[in-house]
Amino acid sequence: MRQRVKVQGGESAGRTGGKGVFAAFVKKEFRHVVRDKRTMLIVLAMPVVQIILFGFALSSEIRNVNVAVLAPHYDEQVRRIVERMDASEYFTVTGMLTSDKDVDMAFRDGSADMILAFGGGFDEVYTVEGTEIQLIADATNTNTATTMVMYATNIISNSLTDGQQEMKAGIVPDIRMLYNPQMKSSYGFVPGVMGLIIILICAMMTSVSIVREKEQGTMELLLVSPMRPIMIIISKMVPYLVLSFIDFLMIVLLSVTVLDVPMAGSFGALCVLALLYIIVALSLGLLISTKVESQMAAMLGSGMVLMVPSMFFSGMIFPVESMPLFFQWLSKILPPSWFITGVKKLMIEGLPAMYVAKETLILTVMAVVLIAASLKNFKYRLE
Amino acid sequence: MREEHVIEAEGLTKMFGTFTAVDHITFDVKKGEIFGFLGANGAGKTTAMRMLCGLSKPTAGRATVAGCDIVREPERVKRNIGYMSQKFSLYEDLQVWENIRLFGGIYGVAEREMAQKTDDMLRRLGIYGEKNTPVKRLPLGWKQKLAFSVAIFHEPKVVFLDEPTGGVDPRARRQFWEMIYEAADRGITVFVTTHYMDEAEYCDRVSIMVDGRIDALDSPGGLKRQFGVGSMDEVFYKLAREAKRGE
Repeated sequence: MRQRVKVQGGESAGRTGGKGVFAAFVKKEFRHVVRDKRTMLIVLAMPVVQIILFGFALSSEIRNVNVAVLAPHYDEQVRRIVERMDASEYFTVTGMLTSDKDVDMAFRDGSADMILAFGGGFDEVYTVEGTEIQLIADATNTNTATTMVMYATNIISNSLTDGQQEMKAGIVPDIRMLYNPQMKSSYGFVPGVMGLIIILICAMMTSVSIVREKEQGTMELLLVSPMRPIMIIISKMVPYLVLSFIDFLMIVLLSVTVLDVPMAGSFGALCVLALLYIIVALSLGLLISTKVESQMAAMLGSGMVLMVPSMFFSGMIFPVESMPLFFQWLSKILPPSWFITGVKKLMIEGLPAMYVAKETLILTVMAVVLIAASLKNFKYRLE
Repeated sequence: MREEHVIEAEGLTKMFGTFTAVDHITFDVKKGEIFGFLGANGAGKTTAMRMLCGLSKPTAGRATVAGCDIVREPERVKRNIGYMSQKFSLYEDLQVWENIRLFGGIYGVAEREMAQKTDDMLRRLGIYGEKNTPVKRLPLGWKQKLAFSVAIFHEPKVVFLDEPTGGVDPRARRQFWEMIYEAADRGITVFVTTHYMDEAEYCDRVSIMVDGRIDALDSPGGLKRQFGVGSMDEVFYKLAREAKRGE
């Protein structure tokens, strides 16, 4: 079927759809993208803005938590713990309370987020040489409360063990936070931001750009031309593949240099994983574009069906482990979940590439299925 | 034979489920002819044209375009035709010359001829000065002339025009038809759908589709005699009145 055919009537010969035409077509797509200022703004500014936002403004870490100390007897042990607490960047000791009546007041007037209470018949947390310690936290924000109690416990247990080489009574657990000893939230969100931005550029922008040609009527023009449909589609994807890969590199660079996120594992393996995920996202975009007729629908489709679930159920923000079973399953069919897990393993934990074999395999299967589905759909559309 | 008939359709039919969009149409178009393809909205014009362009497979019947079978060799059909649709046919955000090069490239115009041909065409159209202007800044009449020139840039055997003059003023339409005549004089067959009955008068021959069938096919003069009326308008309304399909 696809033999060389002379173009009759013209002086020129040769079938079209060859390398030159493909290059011309990719160039055309790049022109569309580069000339659309909004697109360029999103592509170039978004990774930077997100990294800065998540890195410096939106942090689930706690900092400068106001701590009031309730200590009937201010002895050596108490002093050491309070000093340690105050010295850490997480806590600021704002006042000393003398009676438990003040506890309620301190929370109400906002002068304390957490109270560190010593002695005086509270429930025992630790008992070392008769010292009883209790932490009272404002739990209106559960995440913050959990985090600050955990940090505080850590500090207290450290200072207790330091002062007490030979521990006799009680068991003080020695807590180690593996891979992220400082509990930086940036370690968790960097893979998430990658997952989200790639979905946004590849799936949303690709589907919108394909549907735009449908809406303008230029798609018809391309289909009636000797260009093979598959070439039209591939050339539409190339710019978004390049742009999203650039964004991926930008995010890696910014997170390592600005946010001190480690690049612990193989960078090459990370790039391969990202490329695979980009292909999955591109085919999702293609699939969406075959299903909808307007740019608005493409935007909504990729936004509601892809972005929102990706944000909520891929473990980017909320832990999947604590979700109802249904959402855990939902999480398993979302490509970003696997990508994010893979990135965490490679970037943060520094595991060898073979440990992301499962993620790679699943993403590959997803890519194959999605490409097959969208090509089938796309062909159908030509009829 | 082939040289004579650039388009031959025999019993061409397209069904969507139980709905017969195009119902056994048979006609042929001669080389260099301007063939008007008329019909009310929903009569099946667009579906018929899409089949001839190789965009849609017929349910029954056969047709050849430029000597190529539309079912067996749609890719060869595509190489030998030009196409301009009622919806706008160029990329608005690309410059004039970028559009020409893009479509020239797609249709296999050789790289070394491209620059010369582009310049010649723009001079002929009198818009050489707008070579680097993005298409969206051109007035609609210019855009349509440019789109037509791009559609025949690769010297196709047939050019399909799907309501090419929608929305432009009479003067621009007049100029557009002069371009169509020039192309036909050069031997390019023109297959054109239109809503304007005065344009139907410009065609060499006209077919009128009603409910998926071709109910009349002759020169404008012949049709007027056949129906005993004075204008194509009246011919059209006489036929359209019999239509059972709604708009």
